[in-house]
Amino acid sequence: MKQRGPFLFLVALLMVTGLGTATFRHNAYRIPLLPGTQQTVWQVEARVEYFADGGSTQVLLTLPPEQTGFRSINESSASSGFGFELSTHGRQHRAHWTKRNATGEQVLYYKLELVQDEGYRVPAEEQDPAPSRAWDEPYLTAALQVLQAAIPESADEKSLAQQLTRQMNRARIDQNLSLLLEEYSEPELLFDLLNTAGASARAVQVLELEDGRRRQSLKEYVQVWQDGEWHLIDPARGLVADDRQLLLWQTTTPAVLEVLGGTNSGVTFSMISQSRSAAALTSERAPGYDISLYSLPIAEQGMFKLIMLLPVGALVVVLMRVLVGLKTSGTFMPVLIALAFLQTELVPGLVSFILVVSLGLTIRSYLSDLNLLLVARIATLVILVIGIITVFSVLSYQFGFNAGLTITFFPMIILAWTIERMSITWEEAGPREVLLQGGGSLLVATLAFLVMDQEITRHLAFNFPELHFCVLAVILLLGRYTGYRLLELHRFAVFKK
Amino acid sequence: MSREWVSPRVLKGRGILGMNQRNVDFISRYNPRERYPLVDDKLRTKLIAEKAKLNVPKLLHVVHTQHEIEEIQHELVKLKEFVIKPAQGSGGKGILVIVDQNEEGFTKSSGDVLVLNDIKRHLSNTLSGLHSLGGKPDVAIIETLVRVSPLFSHISYEGVPDIRLIVFRGYPVMGMLRLATHASDGKANLHQGAVGVGLDIGTGRAIAAVQNNKLVTTHPDTGGDLTDISVPDWPKLLNLAARCYEVTLLGYLGCDIVIDQDKGPLLLELNARPGLSIQIANDEGLLPRLRQIEQLEDYYVTVEDRVDFSMRTFSHYSVDQLELPYQADGQSQGGTIT
Repeated sequence: MKQRGPFLFLVALLMVTGLGTATFRHNAYRIPLLPGTQQTVWQVEARVEYFADGGSTQVLLTLPPEQTGFRSINESSASSGFGFELSTHGRQHRAHWTKRNATGEQVLYYKLELVQDEGYRVPAEEQDPAPSRAWDEPYLTAALQVLQAAIPESADEKSLAQQLTRQMNRARIDQNLSLLLEEYSEPELLFDLLNTAGASARAVQVLELEDGRRRQSLKEYVQVWQDGEWHLIDPARGLVADDRQLLLWQTTTPAVLEVLGGTNSGVTFSMISQSRSAAALTSERAPGYDISLYSLPIAEQGMFKLIMLLPVGALVVVLMRVLVGLKTSGTFMPVLIALAFLQTELVPGLVSFILVVSLGLTIRSYLSDLNLLLVARIATLVILVIGIITVFSVLSYQFGFNAGLTITFFPMIILAWTIERMSITWEEAGPREVLLQGGGSLLVATLAFLVMDQEITRHLAFNFPELHFCVLAVILLLGRYTGYRLLELHRFAVFKK
Repeated sequence: MSREWVSPRVLKGRGILGMNQRNVDFISRYNPRERYPLVDDKLRTKLIAEKAKLNVPKLLHVVHTQHEIEEIQHELVKLKEFVIKPAQGSGGKGILVIVDQNEEGFTKSSGDVLVLNDIKRHLSNTLSGLHSLGGKPDVAIIETLVRVSPLFSHISYEGVPDIRLIVFRGYPVMGMLRLATHASDGKANLHQGAVGVGLDIGTGRAIAAVQNNKLVTTHPDTGGDLTDISVPDWPKLLNLAARCYEVTLLGYLGCDIVIDQDKGPLLLELNARPGLSIQIANDEGLLPRLRQIEQLEDYYVTVEDRVDFSMRTFSHYSVDQLELPYQADGQSQGGTIT
């Protein structure tokens, strides 16, 4: 116990640093300690990519209009060497990048921060109805027949739209509609039919907000005007009741992205949500903001939301192994499995994990007879695992069991190693040991998942990364723990007398 | 399996060493990492043991590469009986025991007869890592056959009984005789169902025998009595184990020793992370003995002094009942307790 003093000092120092910084940041920047009661801030990042031809170039990106439910608090653009300005045309804002000479691959970023605020209202403004489409035969007859059937069954514009989407999404589509759908896409057709029926409708582009998504694109929705406001219609599901997670991006006709002097252009969106207190929102640019996780690009912030959970999982593994004495197959394999569970949800995750590993073990027992070298064997297993996962995904999709698709979130190399190690354990120590280690791993993975899945854990781990100093301190302490493990109290029960 | 539990205070009171404490206080403190390969590879263990003149089953031949296997008959022709084992094997896997060789072929201990090609295939599998931990490529060792002492024949089942001694800083602290059983599939691992017989450090006599954490008095397969076991050549055996410390410089060491009917105690292998089950077989905790050794001031005593100290200190019998091999004047015993 020579170095006990310095060791304990280090542990105490880490503890104080972690807790102190967290307390300070909580007090100074009003970062909430608890999730939930706060306002949600969406950070949306649009990434424009294109290939410049070599001459002068201009990029116009349509930006979301002022709208009910979202208050814009901040916007910025990152694009080296480009001139940038925001232009407003009526209600529609646009970002305008310009450069005299650009060659090759260009990447432009536009970042927008929005507070999700139900109290924020923007008065709706009716548009002049778009000229209704001049239908060609035989589509005119088909469209009129569809409308003739639908109008008597509807009461107003909203219910007509609802009626039309329902008919379009039936398993057995009416002949007229299927003829029309061969020519027009669903949103386009819905919008045209509504206009032909005399309703005021418009096609809009919508961004579906979901925390941590990357490389998303805009979805086409339709809006119909009734009772002084626009009602949003999802061409696949009908009238949208809850539009809190839907950000209108573009409502007027110009294309979302226009590029002059370039080709192969495209725009994708990344987004994450953060919860910040209203006070923190006002002191947004508080000192220290620039060196915090919030300042990273949004796609990376999404990554860090996951990465920051890893130490928590590692702590669970250390606790289970050092204090309880559970055997696991591969030291930190359970944490990675738990991370996969975060994507798949617990029960589908457990089921698919057990299925893949037991199938893999069966096939691996055949590989044993082939006498392969280690590296070749693992490589074979990796391919096997990918094969199993592919078959599972396709089958479960065919049977309408979408949870099966999330199986792809399992780290495949880890699965291959797990199968390899378990198979060796089977040969060397028998099936009982395999069950013991496999069960131990799954138990630890489940516990780690349950801890990591808590809203409070996610919130603290991402918003107070300094708390990881405390996790580290606890892990260091456990590393010097010399007491009995829980399971040893059973193992040495013969000493009871 | 009994669903019993014991309170940590009771375990502490009985000086039971737990896994965490073994790792932190003993293995990581007394076993330098760089010396592990010495004991993890049986070939290296054997080579340094032979250099240090420790008794080991004689190394007859080593097969390093696949093409050497083609020529192996020239080596084997000289041998009547031999054992082939992987240098990094685990849990007794891949050990082939040949007890006789004649025109028909090679006779295994079970009585089956193998031809030369069977031996070659076994060697080839061993080299490709079939029997080694984690499937790593390996080398094959060919060594002399150990013949079970007739004293042990009534308690031997599928293999030679071996003696595990925990040697701490060169002092033998606890010993156990491990007997393979049918339940343990011929392996000497206690948690797989082998019988462990705790041995008195002073005399080499049995203290208690356990199988699956339960006391037993006879061998479950042979029916041999386990209570009257007395290991022959005990002081010589302790001496052999104690000398392993100087050879490996591993402070916390498990020595596996077998007794050959002609050559006496032979060192089979060494283990840098010996298990804790030995405490169950001895019905006693390791911790008080380890702490007692830690208290000793002078570690640079001779092997004989250390063995003498251990025999006196850790025996269940009083000193005048012991046959101490090295007691010359009573002055040079072990170290001094402070």
